[in-house]
Amino acid sequence: MRSFSYERAASPAQAAEAAIHNPGAKFIAGGTNLLDLMKLQIEAPPHLIDVNGLGLDEITPTEDGGLRVGALVSNTRLAADMRIRCDYALLARALLSGASGQLRNKATTAGNLLQRTRCPYFYDTAQPCNKRQPGSGCSAIGGVSRQLGVIGTSEACIATHPSDMAVALRVLDAEVETVRADGTCRRIAMADFHLLPGDTPHIETMLEPGELITAVVLPHPVGGRHIYRKVRDRASYAFALVSIGAIVQPDGSGRVAVGGVAHKPWRVEAAESELPRGAQSVCERLLAGARPTRDNAFKITLVERTLRAVLNEARG
Amino acid sequence: MKVRLVVNGTPHELNLDTRTSLLDALREHLHLTGTKKGCDHGQCGACTVLVDGVRINSCLTLAVMHEGDRVTTIEGLGTPERLHPMQAAFVRHDGYQCGYCTPGQICSAIAVLDEINEGIPSHVTERLDGAPELSADELRERMTGNVCRCGAYSNIVDAISEIAGSRA
Ligand SMILES: Cc1cc2nc3c(=O)[nH]c(=O)nc-3n(C[C@H](O)[C@H](O)[C@H](O)COP(=O)(O)OP(=O)(O)OC[C@H]3O[C@@H](n4cnc5c(N)ncnc54)[C@H](O)[C@@H]3O)c2cc1C
Ligand code: SF4
Ligand code: FES
Ligand code: FES
Repeated sequence: MRSFSYERAASPAQAAEAAIHNPGAKFIAGGTNLLDLMKLQIEAPPHLIDVNGLGLDEITPTEDGGLRVGALVSNTRLAADMRIRCDYALLARALLSGASGQLRNKATTAGNLLQRTRCPYFYDTAQPCNKRQPGSGCSAIGGVSRQLGVIGTSEACIATHPSDMAVALRVLDAEVETVRADGTCRRIAMADFHLLPGDTPHIETMLEPGELITAVVLPHPVGGRHIYRKVRDRASYAFALVSIGAIVQPDGSGRVAVGGVAHKPWRVEAAESELPRGAQSVCERLLAGARPTRDNAFKITLVERTLRAVLNEARG
Repeated sequence: MKVRLVVNGTPHELNLDTRTSLLDALREHLHLTGTKKGCDHGQCGACTVLVDGVRINSCLTLAVMHEGDRVTTIEGLGTPERLHPMQAAFVRHDGYQCGYCTPGQICSAIAVLDEINEGIPSHVTERLDGAPELSADELRERMTGNVCRCGAYSNIVDAISEIAGSRA
């Protein structure tokens, strides 16, 4: 690990300002992704700004009947909150399907959203990777790509976003609340928050340099059956090959997003009108334009079958 | 950088490189070698300790982020003469072979029972609107972050089940 200086931020605005004044600085929350990557020198920030202890760990009701989840609320506490379990069960289910008890105790809402890809070549510093080292090439294209993306990919990168939580937040139409170095705040819709790789796979979100996430805002609950189904190589403690997050209403209408297939939670609102007609109709539109590799073409079939299982469960 | 930790009830003031993980602070600086380093990347659970009663992977956290925190390691749970009930249960049920994962398993197991007690759900909890059960399936899922290379899993579940039963 490269050496770095460390400070505890005094307020959210001061944290954002400190980040601007220290080029290359990073915020640290739970540390479960950042420190992992720093040990491998995939990340090498010269300065860390600890954003624990800023009072960003509350879950509070909003005026329009939703919830504001502080950026530092741990994944365990979020999944255990009775309001989340009853009104946003999809989110609780997605969180509980991820990582381990120990990791969820440390992992935070903001850190989870910003965790980086699990592409094996991103982790292997001996191999070219455009995300890790812009312009060096992509080892996954033509390499072992079983776990990688099938849609929204580019010539530069075919990585996926590994978060389960983000899939649920996308279905729930959550917004990410931030503060910038100049003190201004804004809200970014989950639909826009994560970017596709394009020519710049190292740029993963809409966040500006130094911009701090302060909360995630959940709109008023929408009811319906909440289902998160994660398919992986073992029954627990593994990242998704594919996952489906869905809310299905009694009349068969609903919302669906897919994890493990793209650089962001994959949702196509126009495909959702097909939900009453079943998984195949939905997937024809949801996955239109998919460009899988030979290794991961199975994901197309797997998404459809998993969605079918989810829709059966919703009816049952 | 200076950091104060209360480890197993004893206050310590350490002067550490900011890079020092909590795990290395415990092992290399406080010479509490009961806590083990397996992967150093959050994947195996050998480094599990309790911080203010909550189980975490001590390899994936910086010591300087724990100013004033109360850390409990396997050394703080019991002594060879007076074992913690969970330690005694692991011995009774042969919940280990080589023993390398055991300190992490025991710290994790104690926290698992507290988490169930507090009503925190898991991936296998059937109903999210009620309290989780104390079933073997629940224990297995909740212990998933503690890998045992020797495969002592079934005896580990037996040991935890015994203590869970005596608590319930
Ligand atoms: C073995 C293992 C298995 C895992 N399995 C899963 C899994 O199955 N599913 C899953 O979804 N995840 C999984 N994870 C990933 C885990 O969920 C993430 O590591 C965790 O959510 C990151 O949160 P953190 O608070 O620790 O982030 P940190 O490591 O502290 O930070 C991550 C990034 O977010 C930035 N950041 C943090 N807070 C803020 C903020 N407030 N504003 C702006 N930037 C911020 C940091 O600068 C850093 O770049 C696994 C991790 C491990 C180690
Ligand atoms: S898919 Fe993306 S992350 Fe993986 S090697 Fe290619 S550029 Fe790097
Ligand atoms: S050493 Fe910390 S999880 Fe393996
Ligand atoms: S007893 Fe050997 S690793 Fe678990």
